[in-house]
Amino acid sequence: MGKATVIPFGPQHPVLPEPLHLDLVVEDETVVDCIPQIGFVHRGLEKLVETRDYNQFIYVAERICGICAMGHSLGYAETVESLMNVEVPKRAQYLRVIWHELSRIHSHLLWLGLAADAFGFESMFMHCWRLRERVLDIFEKTTGGRVILSVVSVGGVVRDMDSATLQWICEVLDGIKDEYSKIMKTLLTDYSIKNRTVGVGFISKEEAVNLSIVGPFARASNVNYDARLFGRGAYGDLSDFQPILDAQGDCYARVKVRCLEVLQSIDIIKELSAKIPEGDIAVKVKGNPEAGAQASNVLEQPRGECYYYARGNGSKYLERMRMRTPTSQNLAGMTVALKGCDLADVNMIILTIDPCISCTER
Amino acid sequence: MGSFKLGGMTFGSLFKKPETLLYPVQTKEPYACQKGHVLNNVEECILCGMCQRVCPCNCIVVDKKIRRWVIDPFSCVQCGSCVRACPTKCLSMQPQCTPAGDAKYSIDLDVPDKKAAKQEQA
Repeated sequence: MGKATVIPFGPQHPVLPEPLHLDLVVEDETVVDCIPQIGFVHRGLEKLVETRDYNQFIYVAERICGICAMGHSLGYAETVESLMNVEVPKRAQYLRVIWHELSRIHSHLLWLGLAADAFGFESMFMHCWRLRERVLDIFEKTTGGRVILSVVSVGGVVRDMDSATLQWICEVLDGIKDEYSKIMKTLLTDYSIKNRTVGVGFISKEEAVNLSIVGPFARASNVNYDARLFGRGAYGDLSDFQPILDAQGDCYARVKVRCLEVLQSIDIIKELSAKIPEGDIAVKVKGNPEAGAQASNVLEQPRGECYYYARGNGSKYLERMRMRTPTSQNLAGMTVALKGCDLADVNMIILTIDPCISCTER
Repeated sequence: MGSFKLGGMTFGSLFKKPETLLYPVQTKEPYACQKGHVLNNVEECILCGMCQRVCPCNCIVVDKKIRRWVIDPFSCVQCGSCVRACPTKCLSMQPQCTPAGDAKYSIDLDVPDKKAAKQEQA
């Protein structure tokens, strides 16, 4: 056994799209301990709830993270709606879920591209981001923005989609599905990718439950938990929804779960597009949240369950707005997954966990 | 073996038209609903100040006394709240993005006083 050495990893590192610092304690080439450090992109967004009213804060909430923008605005709006007992029209619920699932596809494709880049698979990176561009095009045409959509409001949504647009979205997604299936087949059957991922960064189901890991990271360790199962909003109208699980608990399983979730999201969007009811897209919200009223909500973001908590104080400003994001849950699991791995596998393990540091620090 | 399937896809891309544009030589026609910049038709503006009240980034200032409507385009996040709140629909969201600027500036618009103009005419 060699002498322990501490190797600093990040905050600026080619595999990290966002700043995360890890102190890797290595003995020879094996990582024996990992101490994460965050705080490089903290912006104090939760504090802004004191100076932005509950309608304005939605635009702050969606700036928590560029990739989960739709999810955060949706999660925040649902929390305030339950705080004020607002019933959202059914059509608005469907539209919200369609945009949210589209954002899951764009998030997973972005992650897949980054993962392929970390493998050294440049052409796959290009193909993934090319397909992601089509999803961004759908956003641009239906909401007016590519990443920051500003389409959710407290009480509903601000834009509607006609049946021709929904049909066009389904056609674009069919085109994406054809090409994506080829990419997915390559990713899951390629020998060199399997060589880097199978058996690497293992987390057992017991560890995953004990560490409260969420999202695809947990589902790859066979934890049957997905906030979409609660059936809130239009998720309750899905004919059949079963989370995608894998029992292997390694990097390969995490890649596989995310790959299959893209296809699942496409199916959800197509089903909801066919079922979408006619009606209003928003209700007018009057008054302010009552003093002392509290509400909490969970939403399945692309990276896992995100928890929202809001408390009113009788004015148009909220007393407190709190978010517990999936990556802050998963960082503990990441340190466990890194223990005992080779130094060369560290970037692969971090990427398959898909950390989102902007969400975590807010 | 999987790599060869992707290789076929990549090889096929050689015979397809490019997916990207040579920006800024080529630019994409914006969609009609795209959020580019906020435009105020001052002829219709009544200086009610609703836009200023709903703006989440405080980029609009309405001064009723000197009849001036000011927007800081560099603070605006194109959320569209002002456009939805405007009672006379004088605000509109234009699909074209403004060109990149080399210095910060604000857009100051003087709103004509229709009542005073009518009284003068009379």
